[in-house]
Amino acid sequence: MTTPAILTMIIAQGTIISLAVYFFYRVLTTPPKEEPDSFSENDDEPR
Amino acid sequence: MSQKVESWGSRVGLILAMAGNAVGLGNFLRFPVQAVQNGGGAFIIPYLVCFLVMGIPLLFIEWSSGRFGGKFGNHSTPYILDTMAKGRVWKYIGVFGIFTNIAVVSYYCYIESWTMSYVYHSLIGTFQGMSQGDVANFFSDYTTIGKSTTGIPYEAIVFYVICLAINTYILSKGLGGIEKVAKIGMPLLILFGVILAVRGLTLGTSGASEAFPAGNAWDGLNFLWTPQFDSLTNPKVWMAAAGQIFFTLSVGMGTIHCYAAYLKSKDDVALNAVSAGFMNEFVEVVLGSLVVIPIAAGYLGLDWVLENAGFGMAFQTMPYLFQQWGTTLAAIAGLLWFGLLFFAGITSSLAMGTPWVGFMRDEFDWNQTKSAWSFGLLALIMGLPTVFFYNMGVFDEYDYWAGTVSLVVFALLETIVFSWIFGIDKGWREINEGADIKIPNIYKFIIKYITPTLLLIVFLGAIFTPLNNDWAGNLSSLFSGNGWTLDNSSIINQLAFSGIEEKIAATTDTVEKERLLDQKFYISMARFMLLGLFLFISAIVYVAFNKRRREGRNTL
Repeated sequence: MTTPAILTMIIAQGTIISLAVYFFYRVLTTPPKEEPDSFSENDDEPR
Repeated sequence: MSQKVESWGSRVGLILAMAGNAVGLGNFLRFPVQAVQNGGGAFIIPYLVCFLVMGIPLLFIEWSSGRFGGKFGNHSTPYILDTMAKGRVWKYIGVFGIFTNIAVVSYYCYIESWTMSYVYHSLIGTFQGMSQGDVANFFSDYTTIGKSTTGIPYEAIVFYVICLAINTYILSKGLGGIEKVAKIGMPLLILFGVILAVRGLTLGTSGASEAFPAGNAWDGLNFLWTPQFDSLTNPKVWMAAAGQIFFTLSVGMGTIHCYAAYLKSKDDVALNAVSAGFMNEFVEVVLGSLVVIPIAAGYLGLDWVLENAGFGMAFQTMPYLFQQWGTTLAAIAGLLWFGLLFFAGITSSLAMGTPWVGFMRDEFDWNQTKSAWSFGLLALIMGLPTVFFYNMGVFDEYDYWAGTVSLVVFALLETIVFSWIFGIDKGWREINEGADIKIPNIYKFIIKYITPTLLLIVFLGAIFTPLNNDWAGNLSSLFSGNGWTLDNSSIINQLAFSGIEEKIAATTDTVEKERLLDQKFYISMARFMLLGLFLFISAIVYVAFNKRRREGRNTL
């Protein structure tokens, strides 16, 4: 591969991967809202 | 309403379901082809700009509109839009959010059924020893009703009905069923994609053969990623980038609203929207660019790819390429590739079922099972003509009107409703309510002005597509007083049957003329089917409206 192609690919894919990982990490590490929230798996008792 | 309100199991499940809704066959087949045809590496610049100023805003609009409508017990676009603005007309604009899904799923499930069938054929070694031409012919035989590649009579129909039944069964299990499929399907899709992408990255020149001595995967990657900066001044490239962003995110369909309608006000939509959006971009830009083009260039050479790049490569070329890896690896690669496409397809087709199901539950108190199977029946009625008359253009006609034009129309209208009728101030508050990230204030301006303007340009571009998609040439011709020549792919010429009329006028072969006239008949039939579906859903919305009035239920 040529240098411009490698650079473009790495920059474009690197940016996308970094942002995708960052936002998903934020989702995983943000504490859930107080109950009752929208999600049933963290409910105290089943609905 | 007596129906039990459904809910998502977990936030991760919701995001995977939303990402699964967006990730489809186009991520692997449409994006790399668009990049190759529009400036290679430079395509990524307008593509990412469009993602930021059109894709992300539309995701914000649809997630927050859905959650807003959900507060009033509405889980599909007719009454989600109805709650956002005074007046009776909005619910009928929302009809697009059900119509598009039923029309698209009816032919999308046909593609999905091909992936199921091709997994089966890959595993039993059908493609073993076939030449590239044989593999391409296999596809033609498969889609010709009456011919059978397995001995099963009408196998294309059988696989289609099985595929639709699987979708309907999962839908009948509610959001829980969809979430389970997303939690299994998305990780597997990414895993399969990564394995094939590694192969694409490492193939190099090892695929060159006597028949194709120019085989070189690096050439494919070079062409895909070498930036041709002069293309940035070409309007055609920007239109292609906007179109690709639009279709890849599954915006303008009504599915995002529907999924988000099950969220409570205090729960985030902003971070969820960007997370699901970037997950889709990862699959498209990273995995999508590293599979089809480099592997095809590695075995067949770049020239072949440039001549043949298109949707058909998935089924007409890839099985042949996998055969070069030996019997066992070919079976595994076929399983990975068509399995990946199947998961990409089913996570999207399931999403397309939820607006109808949500509507029938909300308005007519139907239970989940009855709503799901009625959806399956509607999809089957709409879909069978695409299976029977695939080679007569019915499939393409559905894809054009429902899978392309309808999306743009609905996205444009919903953006105007959100920004200008519901009001950007209220809209901005909705987007930020419960948000787990701080959205830059510039997005308020973008959502109000830039996104609707871009959508209007895309819509006008579809109506007045210039000859050969040559925007620069036609603009220059227009300003120099020589007029604007429409392409046959423009909405105006499509409506006028210009393409097929030209072919009919040009042919002197009576058999071919007869075939073209038949094709025109089937295309007209497809349009009547689509129009009939739209009117049918509008009538049901009208019945629901009268029912609401009788029951004194709120409708603004």
